Amino acid sequence: MNLFYDTLFNGLAIGSVLVLAALGLAVVFGLMGVINMAHGELMMLGAYTTFVVQNVFKAVLPESVFPIYILVAIPFAFLVSGLAGLLLEKTVVRRLYGRPLETLLATWGVSLILQQFVRSVSSAFAIGLLLAVAIGLFLPRLLVRVQLAPRWAGLKGTISWISAGLVGIGVASLLGEERSLDQPWFSARNLDVTAPSWLRGSIELGGVTMPTARLFIIALTILALWGVTWFLQKSVWGIRIRAVTQNRSMSDCLGIPTETVDALTFLIGSGLAGVAGVAVTLLGSVGPNLGGNYIVDCFMVVVLGGVGKLLGTVLAALGIGVISYVVGSGSLLLIWPAMPAGLNELITFFATTSMAKVLVFALIVLFLQVRPAGLFPPKGRMVEA
Amino acid sequence: MLSAPLQKTSFRLLSGATALAASLSLVACGGEKKSEGGAFDGEVKVGILHSRSGTMAISENTVAEAELMAIDEINKAGGVLVDGKHLKIVPVEEDGASDWPTFAEKSKKLIDQDKVAVVFGGWTSASRKAMLPVYEAKDHFLYYPIQYEGQECSKNIFYSGATPNQQAEPAVQWLLKNKGKDFFLVGSDYVYPRTANTIMKEQLKAEGGKVVGEDYLPLGNTEVAPIIAKIKQALPKGGVIVNTLNGDSNVAFFKQMKAAGITPANGYSIMSFSIAEEEIAAIGPEYLEGTYAAWNFFQSLDTPASKKFTADFKAKYGEKRVTSDPAEAAYAMVYLWAKGAEKANSVDDNKVRDALVGVSFDAPEGKVTVEPNHHISKLVLIGEVQKDGMFKILENKGIVKPIAWNQFVPETKGYSCDWTQKRPDAGKFKM
Repeated sequence: MNLFYDTLFNGLAIGSVLVLAALGLAVVFGLMGVINMAHGELMMLGAYTTFVVQNVFKAVLPESVFPIYILVAIPFAFLVSGLAGLLLEKTVVRRLYGRPLETLLATWGVSLILQQFVRSVSSAFAIGLLLAVAIGLFLPRLLVRVQLAPRWAGLKGTISWISAGLVGIGVASLLGEERSLDQPWFSARNLDVTAPSWLRGSIELGGVTMPTARLFIIALTILALWGVTWFLQKSVWGIRIRAVTQNRSMSDCLGIPTETVDALTFLIGSGLAGVAGVAVTLLGSVGPNLGGNYIVDCFMVVVLGGVGKLLGTVLAALGIGVISYVVGSGSLLLIWPAMPAGLNELITFFATTSMAKVLVFALIVLFLQVRPAGLFPPKGRMVEA
Repeated sequence: MLSAPLQKTSFRLLSGATALAASLSLVACGGEKKSEGGAFDGEVKVGILHSRSGTMAISENTVAEAELMAIDEINKAGGVLVDGKHLKIVPVEEDGASDWPTFAEKSKKLIDQDKVAVVFGGWTSASRKAMLPVYEAKDHFLYYPIQYEGQECSKNIFYSGATPNQQAEPAVQWLLKNKGKDFFLVGSDYVYPRTANTIMKEQLKAEGGKVVGEDYLPLGNTEVAPIIAKIKQALPKGGVIVNTLNGDSNVAFFKQMKAAGITPANGYSIMSFSIAEEEIAAIGPEYLEGTYAAWNFFQSLDTPASKKFTADFKAKYGEKRVTSDPAEAAYAMVYLWAKGAEKANSVDDNKVRDALVGVSFDAPEGKVTVEPNHHISKLVLIGEVQKDGMFKILENKGIVKPIAWNQFVPETKGYSCDWTQKRPDAGKFKM
């Protein structure tokens, strides 16, 4: 029985990380059909936000409030990743709706940009970037009065963005001469995010050791799921999002501002990625490559669960969690100690983490052969949307 | 920050051109590389080939920095004295990009286009295995600075990192003597941990230890709950865990182990072979305090040479930086090569290769000597991680000679490597 609870808890623990990481993607991919390869990097931004919040707490606030920094980091991470996602939607994704392949490539590019951004951002860099964006946005307004020859007029935007970029690079290089401004904020190194002491221990309950960090993540996952479900089912904007998902043109005709809905959906999905980023700092490393470690698992969960269904996502994640735990830890041998020798060897063979992963992928491939649309395939009119 | 890559590019372009242009571009790179009076009679180009981008960049940047620092120091002291001429060492930097075929490709470029005298490069065994055929085919010459699994002895590679008998084997002996007989092995799923664990299993069999379990994580994997469950089953009351994980997985491993109560306080002795000062800073010392590591150099090594190395490194790259074993090995190997060239009185790779055997250098770790098997005799240390992220040295086993072909593994038992012998199978022959 002990073994049963142990397996249940650990499966739930692994699964809840997957749910949390994949939840934002389920919203973006599931509801909007956008393949967002930068989802992992939005998680990374959440993790970096946690790092910044931690350091602010360390530097400014009294030590007694330090333990709650992780709770404060959650809304901040949601905001930072959400706004980054919003920017991504406004600048890139919006122009590529209905072109999944281009979206995939463009967001992949964005993910590389974000990785390199956190590696090399310094004060000089940030000032140059802000300046360039500001000039790029405002120069066209100043140029309104300037009359250009007709065949150059269309290039006004391009010209101002190019000159903005040049000014940005120039300013950044000039400021970069100053050593204090040239220091990278994070550099390419992994960052040290230390969980507060109450999340570093564990609780014994009925013979099962439950690390508090895992319990925290499970609680956070439940909270996030409840929040998303409530938002989609009960709130006005949630209902609009679902309406657009089911039938975009009809919703448009009925006066739902579909562009705002798209932006909002993307913001929420990205914000959830940020929250997942906070959670994974408790388990793993924080560095520019953080996103890459999760993105494949996220897609795996969403595809297995069935696109557009949160329940499918949850069940798929928990299923993967339990299976990879049972196989990877070799618990099957304990459940049935007297199993035949051949089977025993087979299970021992798969009982390492890397072989368990292979087996899980093989099982997913088999499952998708039987049910290509996942656990809960979209039905009815939604299919056409 | 933006200006740095631009300068690097311009430097690369120019370094392929004439000597004048190259030295001008060096001056343009900040002026600090200018020698006193510019008294050089010529120059010699060397390749620096490490991952400056991708997963491995975190680790390999430091190694490249240590190599550049050694080159700077040698240049400031007048360069390499060959044939009565002071040659300035000009580094040609290439990025291996954490991608193993790229290492091979860039090696070809450095040898054929840049005509470098030697290449300092590599970190993972996978990158070395990818580069090895290039150097053997072109009969050129690679210097590799990282501790590795052994079982290799190339005529065209010099290995300045530890072989297993200079790191893993003494560590296992120390664990057996002081910490217990039951071992659990955890590693990343690639060539180094798998070979190192094979060697350790043979050694434990020979010396009375027992392997109660082993597990491998794919590189970059951060979910270690199944491994923790296995450790708890196999070692319910504590025991020895040997960790050969590499990269990001270490962070996940130590964070989650601590949460699950697998800590030194509960009777678990954890020995790591890939955790140096640099990694401790990134993982957080509070997760690692009380665990062990075996290396050939620690920043806390209390000798004048070690202190000077650390002080110079900090002065050059920032007060917050730390030195570590890989950086020290990389630093020492540049000096060893320069001494070899001076001994050979030439920078020709074939002549330096023959001259290098027997060359010694007073490295930060102590006096290191190039042995006939192209590896280096090194100081063996075992340390315990302290609160401040530094190591307390628990045992100093003195200078140990390298053994390339492992003597615990049945397949290589009795084999040796000696490139000073003129025989066709000098790389691997029965003793």
